[in-house]
Amino acid sequence: MELVLSNFDLYLSAFRLTIGLFLVSAVGSLLLGTLLAAMRVGPIAFMSKAATVYITVVRNTPLLIIFVFVIIGLPKLGILFRSVEELGISSFFFRACLALTLYTSTFVAEAIRSGINAVPLGQAEAARAIGLTFGGTMTQVVLPQAFRATVPPLASVFIALLKNTSVAYAFGILEATARMKYFTNISGNDLPIFLIFAAGYVVLVEIISFGANRLERRWRVAR
Amino acid sequence: MSQTSVLFDVAGPRTRARHRVYTVISLVVILGLAALLVLRMADRGQFAYDLWEPFLTPEYIQALLVDGLLQTLKMAFFSVILAVVFGTIFGVGKLSDHASVRWVCWSVVEFFRAVPVLMLMIFLYFSYGAGPGGLDAFWCVVIALTLYNGSVLAEVFRAGILAVPRGQSEAAYAIGMRKTQVMTQILLPQAVKIMLPAIISQCVVALKDTSLGYAITAPGLTFVGKQIYTDFQNQLQTVIVVASLYVSVNLVLTWIATWVQRKFVGEKKILEVSMVAETEVGAGLAPGAR
Repeated sequence: MELVLSNFDLYLSAFRLTIGLFLVSAVGSLLLGTLLAAMRVGPIAFMSKAATVYITVVRNTPLLIIFVFVIIGLPKLGILFRSVEELGISSFFFRACLALTLYTSTFVAEAIRSGINAVPLGQAEAARAIGLTFGGTMTQVVLPQAFRATVPPLASVFIALLKNTSVAYAFGILEATARMKYFTNISGNDLPIFLIFAAGYVVLVEIISFGANRLERRWRVAR
Repeated sequence: MSQTSVLFDVAGPRTRARHRVYTVISLVVILGLAALLVLRMADRGQFAYDLWEPFLTPEYIQALLVDGLLQTLKMAFFSVILAVVFGTIFGVGKLSDHASVRWVCWSVVEFFRAVPVLMLMIFLYFSYGAGPGGLDAFWCVVIALTLYNGSVLAEVFRAGILAVPRGQSEAAYAIGMRKTQVMTQILLPQAVKIMLPAIISQCVVALKDTSLGYAITAPGLTFVGKQIYTDFQNQLQTVIVVASLYVSVNLVLTWIATWVQRKFVGEKKILEVSMVAETEVGAGLAPGAR
């Protein structure tokens, strides 16, 4: 316990790395997930099939296997992401984010799709009936409702993503879980160290779910 | 006219022509990417027979299936069974009439839902496991998965019990049943039916999470996979084989969940619980947001 408190900067920097992994992959998976969801619900049968196959395969694969693929497998093909190092980003960090993004984007896509499916067909029909154009139907009626319905499932996805950043531990990234291992290795009294690191995760999870609750309440529509 | 989506109308001839163009473009892009990957693999000699050989050799196939898949399934099985027990206790506890019991159950469940499973495994293994007389890695994985999945299931159980119409418990109290009787004879049997698909979806999550045992050298598919690729240096091939094993087992589980949903729950609204995997009926897609 004192060990962690006297080295509190190490604790903070570990969580900073966890948050960094989380934020970069969250943005990445939102972008890729929206693209996948658009392909999936779009009118073009082939794109929809392709997105479905990607989502089904990746969702059912453990995250750890995806990490092995990106971090150990891709270098076998000569894909090492050296170019990001010139930008001053560690290629390990980049590859961990890539693995997390590839995995999480499938869950984001499903959350967005379920949000769109939550809008009753009558809404769009009514909008067309009162003479709104396609663009008007989308921006005024369908998308605002779909977006709101997406908030709770997206919050779950991001909470899962935050916890999944711990998998990067197994691939040599010194985030919170790895730092906990470091402290428990050199200390005899492990339980308090575990609890203090767990508390860090609990706080971050609570922040995400609190934020999601606020948004949900703010945007709630009377149905 | 059958409109299938809120998003767009049934296409006319000009739109259909445009869609054909898009189909061709996306086909070219996706096939191009696939071809690029295959060419790259060929270029780097990744199709060489000796890299794939272990997956065609009976001893290695046996190792993958017996030491790998079977152990993985065993871990998942034990943790799901124990998680159901844990979930029942804490789910019912969260509905207790006593504020103190409610509070304790609530905080235990919230804690284990927020802590990463991998961190729990590492803590259990390196603090209580490694060394003589400690827990072995197998049980560390099972305990960690039990605590996490059990907490998720506690929430499922609570929501399932609350989803039973109020009149049921009121009627039971009215004919003079006691609290325990109402719970065990009236509420739980009806709730189980509603919760079954969610429980099976959680099996998919548990199964995928057994792979995390890799970090603490627990047995299972990922462990056997690692041994194979350290011997043969065929990381890519191993990943492909192990991933397809996981995907096939998960698809079977998803199929069972969908079937159970249709058979026992019908068209009724699916139980919605935050942070719990949802089963997409008929969509043929896996559940499992962790």
